[in-house]
Amino acid sequence: MQADIFIKRRNGGLLFFASLAILTAGSMIITEYDVLKGFTSIAGALIWGFSNFYPDAGSMQKLGDIMLKLRETVLMSIASTTVAAVFAILLALAGSRTTRMNNLFSVAARGIASVFRNIPLVAWAMVLMLAFSQSPLTGYLALFFGSLGFLARAFMETIDEVSNNSVEALQATGAGYFHIIFQAVLPSSMPQMISWLLYMIETNIRDATLVGILTGTGIGFSFELYYKSLNYHAASLVVILIVITVIVIESISNKIRRVIL
Amino acid sequence: MQIEESIKGWGQLSSDEIADTPVRPLNRSSFAMRIILLILSVLTIYALSTIDYNSVDIKKAVSDTLSNFKTMFLQPYSHRFSLPDAFYGVVVTMGLAFLTTLFGGIIALFLGLLAAQNLGLKQVANIIKVFVAFIRAVPTILWVLIFAVSAGLGSAAAVIGMTFHSVSYLTKAYSESFEDLDRSVIEALMASGANWWQIVFQAVIPSSVTYLLSWTFLRFEINFANAVAMGAAAGAAGIGFDLFMASGFYFDLREVGLITYFILAFAMALESLSTNMKGRLRKRI
Amino acid sequence: MALLELRNVTKCYNSASTALSDVSFSVREGEFVSVIGPSGAGKSTMLRCINRMIEVTGGEIYFDGVIVSKLNKRDLRKLRTKIGMIFQHYNLVDRLTVIENVLHGRLGYKSTLAGVLGRYSQEEKGQAFRIIKFLGLNEQVYSRCDQLSGGQKQRVGIARALVQNPKMILCDEPIASLDPNASKIIMDHLRNVSTGMGITMIVNLHQVNVALKYSDRIIGVNKGKVVFDGSPAELTPERIYDIYGSESGDLIVDLGERNAS
Repeated sequence: MQADIFIKRRNGGLLFFASLAILTAGSMIITEYDVLKGFTSIAGALIWGFSNFYPDAGSMQKLGDIMLKLRETVLMSIASTTVAAVFAILLALAGSRTTRMNNLFSVAARGIASVFRNIPLVAWAMVLMLAFSQSPLTGYLALFFGSLGFLARAFMETIDEVSNNSVEALQATGAGYFHIIFQAVLPSSMPQMISWLLYMIETNIRDATLVGILTGTGIGFSFELYYKSLNYHAASLVVILIVITVIVIESISNKIRRVIL
Repeated sequence: MQIEESIKGWGQLSSDEIADTPVRPLNRSSFAMRIILLILSVLTIYALSTIDYNSVDIKKAVSDTLSNFKTMFLQPYSHRFSLPDAFYGVVVTMGLAFLTTLFGGIIALFLGLLAAQNLGLKQVANIIKVFVAFIRAVPTILWVLIFAVSAGLGSAAAVIGMTFHSVSYLTKAYSESFEDLDRSVIEALMASGANWWQIVFQAVIPSSVTYLLSWTFLRFEINFANAVAMGAAAGAAGIGFDLFMASGFYFDLREVGLITYFILAFAMALESLSTNMKGRLRKRI
Repeated sequence: MALLELRNVTKCYNSASTALSDVSFSVREGEFVSVIGPSGAGKSTMLRCINRMIEVTGGEIYFDGVIVSKLNKRDLRKLRTKIGMIFQHYNLVDRLTVIENVLHGRLGYKSTLAGVLGRYSQEEKGQAFRIIKFLGLNEQVYSRCDQLSGGQKQRVGIARALVQNPKMILCDEPIASLDPNASKIIMDHLRNVSTGMGITMIVNLHQVNVALKYSDRIIGVNKGKVVFDGSPAELTPERIYDIYGSESGDLIVDLGERNAS
């Protein structure tokens, strides 16, 4: 009895680490991941990076082109996130436990959100590519579908978390459904929702690079172009500009969060 | 009747003041929110109006896409590979996600301890935070492609590149969980003569373990999606590569449908598993 | 013989604010000393200077024959094992069990690795169980600390201090968050520990009547200075006025029982 909890803790710990080890070994075998090669490649990449991966004078001439693509990508990320947010609010209101109209709608809204969230961005991009080809709309729509699922879930959780009590209070006064939505639910969950919206814009700028590489649009396309033609100086310039953009947008949204939350 | 009279009575008391007072005063926060929503709407309208619509016949593209979705989701089938092949592909992708989450988690645990303001030196914490923010700002796919130059396209580059991003993400999440921790427990153990490592393993980690695990599970889900993407865009093995071949090479929508269903099923299983685990851990530990 | 001696101890947080100025007193072995004074008088700072949770700016502290401020990191850990500490908010790891929290008191005696892994010897566990039983917590040994009441948590805090085998225990407002009933239990335990085991107690208190009832000696602090040092019998209403200043008008002082010693 005395050392009961300690033996239990130790066995639990051993079991946990043993199963982690087995899963790790299994994953390494199945993915054919070579640990040694993995670690040596870090050093190799660092050496290569310092000697080749920096912008030089020649790449600076591409700055104008790259900035144009970057602007397109940033605008696309913002537009797709904002439009997705509008639809996500509708889904969230229909799906949330506190604001749902009836069970059927709620289950349907949750199901739609879950499907959209779990279909990977790549699949959206690849399918849209088939019909829209290399148009900016391909990237825009792929990001839209990807954001929709994520934002719907985030908004649903926000609504559930924030507005439970106030909804009950307004119901008790006899307020109608839309009164409650516009006077209690939306005002109280708005700061949190905007915070999620900003987070999604940050994420989408990063994801836009991936989508761009797959669909040949925006900043991702610029990177792919220079990377494939072994113009690493210009490619590094693209990376640096992306980093600056993401960090600037991240710090702007952090400032905004501090004001609104 | 009586009630109405009495309300009228109140109104007479201060009707002038009531008339001018807005119900929801415009404070700093709600003012900022309005401005942000306004700016975002303007940018969105601008972006949508400047997209080059000429390169594509939108009506046709939309109807094509809808019929593509119909083929994909209603007639999933493949003659190139069997269900066990697809299953194997998803398992490989899952393996990539697992490895990157594990490596990322272990490294991030130590970096997170150093990056927490309340546990270490402030300067060290700030340096790590800046470093990690830089790594996070580079998209995962770019890390993988950069490593691919020296390691070659494949699982090594994918795992290392994705681990980089996981480390930065989890370091931020972990260090914030540690910073939320009540300073008092650390003080109590310090007063009894415990040293830094003992305090970390006896008080800090046990107190924040549920947060650490929920962030890790969340990152596992993200890494699964990332691993699919790396398969498609950076030639890593797994279902992502099959997806890329099916749509970008063979243009076989029915196969894309089958693969999408497989990914969807695994992603949803992963999501419910992690929700379930989080619930159980919260009760047990 | 004096176990603890403070000589001209001064603590400034910055040039503007002085938390302690020129504090001197000594405490005999086995003595039960209460420190009273208004909020922000420096009681808490004084306590934390003794085990160097806060570094002093001037003056010297002697404990058990050594100069506290001269100790290196290693010897400071050794010193801290000899001084237990009890806190207002208990400062337990809520997610762990009672026995694990109590055994945390042994960490100062252990190697880093043994402490990290939480390996404790049979004797240490036996000692912990005896102390838990002595404090009347034997039914909660394996309960998680977040399931305990405030009074029970504070008893775990006392147990954690006792398992250190301390010569002295510092108590920082041990009953400020407890109801009167639990407060009495805790103060009785502290008094028993002091008398029965000969452990020196220094207790910061808000309640003058509690200090009068339990202490061998009372130290009054105001604005970082010692303004009273004497037996409970010497603490007259006038002296209480000295300690609390104008605040004492609002104090509900019930000078009921006094500890006769």
